[in-house]
Amino acid sequence: MTTGIRQWVNSGTPWIWLTAAAVTASLVMVLGLLLLIAVNGLGHFWPSPVWDIQYRSADGKVQQLIGQIRETERISASQLRDAGDTVSADVDGMVERHLLKIANRDISGLDFRWILSAAITERSRPEKLIVMERLEWGDFYGFIQTLRRDGQVIAEGRAAWLELTAALEYVDKLRTRIRHLEKTEIGSINYKIERLRLEKRKLELEGADTPEALADLDRQHSSLQAEFAGLQKKLEDLYRKIKRDTVSMTAMGGRQLDIPVANIVRAYQPNAMSLPDKMFFYAAKLWEFVSDDPREANTEGGVFPAIFGTVTMVLLMSVLVTPFGVIAAVYLHEYAQQGPLTRMIRIAVNNLAGVPSIVYGVFGLGFFVYVLGGNIDKLFFPEALPAPTFGTPGLLWASLTLALLTMPVVIVATEEGLSRIPLSIREGSLALGATQAETLWRTVLPMASPAMMTGVILAVARAAGEVAPLMLVGVVKLAPALPVDGNAPFIHLDRKFMHLGFHIYDVGFQSPNVEASQPLVFATALLLVAVIVILNLAAIAIRNRLRERYRSLEQ
Amino acid sequence: MFEPGISVYGKRSAHLRLRLLKDRVARYGVAAGGAAVIFSILLIFFYLFLIVAPLAEAPEAHEVAVYASQSESPVIYLAIEEQAEIGAVFERNGDVRFISTSDGAQIKKVHLPIPKGAQVVSFSAARPTSGVVALGLSNGQALVVRHRYKSSYPNDQRVITPEIDYPLGKALVDVAADGAALLKVAIQEEETFTLVGWSRGGMLSVVRASPQESLLEDEAGFEFERSSGNTDLEDIQALLVDPGQSNLYVISRGGDLAWFNISDLSHARLIEQLSITAPGVKVLKSILLAGGVSILVASDDGVINQWFSVRDKEGVRHLKKIRGFKNAGASQVLVSEYSRKSFFVADNDGNISAFHTTADRLLFKERITDASIRQLAIAPRADALWALDDNNRLHFWHIKNEYPELSWSSLWSKVWYEGYDQPEYIWQSSAASNDFEPKLSLTPLTFGTLKAAFYAMLFAIPLSIMGAVFTAYFMAPKMRQLVKPTIEIMEALPTVILGFLAGLWLAPLVESHLPGIFSLLLLMPVVVLLAAFLWSRLPIALRRHIPDGWEAALLIPVLIGAGVFALNMSSPLEQWLFAGDMPGWLRHEMGISYDQRNSLVVGMAMGFAVIPTIFSIAEDAIFSVPKYLTFGSLALGATPWQTLTRVVMLTASPGIFSGIMMGVGRAVGETMIVLMATGNTPVMDMSIFQGMRTLSANIAVEMPEAEVGSTHYRVLFLAALVLFVFTFAFNTGAEIIRQRLRVKYSRL
Repeated sequence: MTTGIRQWVNSGTPWIWLTAAAVTASLVMVLGLLLLIAVNGLGHFWPSPVWDIQYRSADGKVQQLIGQIRETERISASQLRDAGDTVSADVDGMVERHLLKIANRDISGLDFRWILSAAITERSRPEKLIVMERLEWGDFYGFIQTLRRDGQVIAEGRAAWLELTAALEYVDKLRTRIRHLEKTEIGSINYKIERLRLEKRKLELEGADTPEALADLDRQHSSLQAEFAGLQKKLEDLYRKIKRDTVSMTAMGGRQLDIPVANIVRAYQPNAMSLPDKMFFYAAKLWEFVSDDPREANTEGGVFPAIFGTVTMVLLMSVLVTPFGVIAAVYLHEYAQQGPLTRMIRIAVNNLAGVPSIVYGVFGLGFFVYVLGGNIDKLFFPEALPAPTFGTPGLLWASLTLALLTMPVVIVATEEGLSRIPLSIREGSLALGATQAETLWRTVLPMASPAMMTGVILAVARAAGEVAPLMLVGVVKLAPALPVDGNAPFIHLDRKFMHLGFHIYDVGFQSPNVEASQPLVFATALLLVAVIVILNLAAIAIRNRLRERYRSLEQ
Repeated sequence: MFEPGISVYGKRSAHLRLRLLKDRVARYGVAAGGAAVIFSILLIFFYLFLIVAPLAEAPEAHEVAVYASQSESPVIYLAIEEQAEIGAVFERNGDVRFISTSDGAQIKKVHLPIPKGAQVVSFSAARPTSGVVALGLSNGQALVVRHRYKSSYPNDQRVITPEIDYPLGKALVDVAADGAALLKVAIQEEETFTLVGWSRGGMLSVVRASPQESLLEDEAGFEFERSSGNTDLEDIQALLVDPGQSNLYVISRGGDLAWFNISDLSHARLIEQLSITAPGVKVLKSILLAGGVSILVASDDGVINQWFSVRDKEGVRHLKKIRGFKNAGASQVLVSEYSRKSFFVADNDGNISAFHTTADRLLFKERITDASIRQLAIAPRADALWALDDNNRLHFWHIKNEYPELSWSSLWSKVWYEGYDQPEYIWQSSAASNDFEPKLSLTPLTFGTLKAAFYAMLFAIPLSIMGAVFTAYFMAPKMRQLVKPTIEIMEALPTVILGFLAGLWLAPLVESHLPGIFSLLLLMPVVVLLAAFLWSRLPIALRRHIPDGWEAALLIPVLIGAGVFALNMSSPLEQWLFAGDMPGWLRHEMGISYDQRNSLVVGMAMGFAVIPTIFSIAEDAIFSVPKYLTFGSLALGATPWQTLTRVVMLTASPGIFSGIMMGVGRAVGETMIVLMATGNTPVMDMSIFQGMRTLSANIAVEMPEAEVGSTHYRVLFLAALVLFVFTFAFNTGAEIIRQRLRVKYSRL
């Protein structure tokens, strides 16, 4: 037996297994991480049951708790006591506890509470329990009592719940109209008024503020003002209408609370839902997540502006990076004389890919924003000064910074593609009488296009996940308007924007209620990972196809 | 049948010419475009350098104007207002003249209400931003005066109007009770006023005027509080009161210093009395540095020493000499800047030198006149100086001195900051108060950067290199096709997600399962070896189903099982060994403080981010070792493991090394992970249970708030430049090694 072991050790097999374990560990970590994000991110939208719990607290009193169990863990009693939790002295060793989301922040002040599972005397899942998502104070859990319309009770109990569903639809319609009025119409008028103000200032600066010109501006201004007043009136009307209904609710522990229906985004009874109901609900929540605006300091609602900002920024970046990256690669590979200098440049370009992204951010802020932006403002937008137009972080500068950051990726990928094209093809083309430019344009570049695609996709994938430089050159936690809208010139390069990656950082680390917002961060992370993994897989697929093609060419 | 360039028909020739033109345009266009792109990338380096360069520029001063002073009696004090356009000259006869600094023209003259028969015998200025000064008279009284400047903008032109007012009223304040002449006076103001006088016989009198809350009057009156005492010091050079008005320093020409606590006048007491010069060395001049914490003492041996109070081991404060500055001549004139820790010295040969205390360096030394300098004033923005020489001439100079607080020592060495008990490395770039001493040591940040990289590499190197060995050398090709893209995707994962998971998921997990995490590290190899041994003992019929090269797949359940087991064992283990709370145990029993977001978490998260970088380069290097080398070795009877360690690894070692260098480069520059997974406190501690602040995270946190062009802004650029140069050098080294390797293989 011992000789067997010695032989086995001497053969080196154990060490081979250890190296195998390293690969396995890496794989388990990657896949585990993706799984963790996916489960947490997707699980967030599933309507989990709400429990009605009779809980005996440390002083022996029994109280009612209503909430969703978010987490269950086993922990030692002494650790709990150290943390200041009052665990009765006879409890020892390991105890099981649940993290209960009790919501109702306006009543309890806290969203979450740890409870010991041993102290639960009774628990049930009453079908009548209602979960409400509200515009303020987070979720509400409780039972419905009555629904009042214009101060009069019109329904009670079960009937009130049915009436509430109808009332919510009514409110939802009104809310859509209000949002349209506020964001689109009034937003547009405000934008025009601001433009008029700048125009006036410009005329003053140029000394062209003749009485006629000023009068014209004033006329426009007053017509806009009139329009604005009309809209304002409409808006007030809608606001009055939306305040029609109020529900009386009973919260945990029998507390009564009146909630205006206008404040409710969604109400549902998770314990009464069937599986198809839940799936439908899940799809609706998922759609809200990708298509809606954020609420409550980004901790609720959707991430649409962040998706939009990320996509716009990345598109603009790829428009900037593709031509320049390709030209640089073509120059390096096709035109520049191959020698030590070219080799050095190639190494330098290669290594710029490894320079920390924050350094690009610092450069972007110092050079693009303050130097370029500051001078553009002085030359073209003196009327807005001292408020900066381009002399402040914004979409254009973020895209330019990331274009610079990802330039090496495109150059390296394109050069690799160019070097894979057999020399015989170029020689063939030249031998048939084509000039070098024609050879390049008609044969070499089309053949290298998949390589360029790979480069651009990799650049996009890198840019989409990069956050550190953006924190310096244009990302904000909450942008008042999208960078693309219906007001001329439609694409606003000077605006600040939201970004998925920054959203993760901001909501996960800067928000006041980290615990409550964590599931949303997981969902955002999942979205970002999905986008990046798909882009990378596409790049890998294109690269593999490319290799196949050249393999056939070389034969 | 023809080559381009040989024309057959005229029409074709025109077409050909067009083609050639296009070709040429393309050539130059591409060349210009390519060169521009490459140039703009290189611009980054030069731009960073351009922003950092002014930090190294020597401060300079140049003369603007010289004119006669036209004073009728000796000048006792000079001051300049904010814009450095108007200066105030206080004269012994009680005149205050406001003068245009650029040409010496008198703008306004005020005669102070000094009673008949009394002479001005002493003078003192409070903290310079207040503009409050006190004149001590021969009858034991003092007059408190404030010089102020109001800016107005008629016709968009700035007009500055100087004026004199009397914050305590025009009436004189009785300081010395017996009416003896106030040979020395000191004033300090910060809502309340403190006046200190010294008269012959060693009598010290303190008067404190606190504003009185009054409901009826608009102008609040003052409530006066008095105290007096004696000092055995003789021939007093200066009385100094700090802006907090709780410390009074009495300094004698003979080199003795008495330090009194006067925060409560009814219990004023002597704290310490000590000698501050070597025997026989006389004190020429002493002042408080901006902020009022440090005392500067110029002595006749040509040295200026900085003193402040430092806590000793028992926690008692003692005055201590911190650092000294050598100046050639004897310095009678010593002036501190308004808010920075710089001071100016004028000597009898007409030289003016500027020093900065934190940076511990001479900023500049300039000879501005041939005569001895009597009085000196520094503009509030420290951009001008105004000096009066023995020949009654006033010299007005501009100073360009924007970054005095930086020197090699203040960036990289230990510095003894005000209020600290010993020299330390500290990064603290901003604070609420105006005369705060910036602590801009890059050492703790660099240390944090290297520490984070070290722990990340500790985690990443074994996993990635071993993984690369197996993947390149032992793994079945089919599995390899799956593994490589997975690792590549691992590289593409946004670091913000890794940071988020590290900070909000991993850090709490590690804290609650600390014994489990450590036992996992020990358990993992043991379990793997055990599994491998058991596998080798299985009947061959069973083993045949899984071909060689799939060991890694076999281990997946083993590792997951070990991980689950270790984490579940964590709590019982903690209960058994550490009384149920390992972080608490570390804190109480071992005296090791435990941060939730610590180096262990950062090491794991950043290690995860670095693994793919090292892995893919090392894997390439191992995979491209020529097959005939390994075949040769195997044919000579070596086992696969011997072949690997003696042949393959040796050949591939430069490639592996270059992979590690790339990994270090990435770990050093990584921002989001360290930003989110550490507490971002700039501590210098190698402990694995403590966090750190890295250069990159520091830039991300502070850059948006740094004022453009300020020292702080430029130091952040310097940090970026350091990162840039460091990673660029590392990557270039790695690249060169890799290219060498490629050449070597092609030769093999």
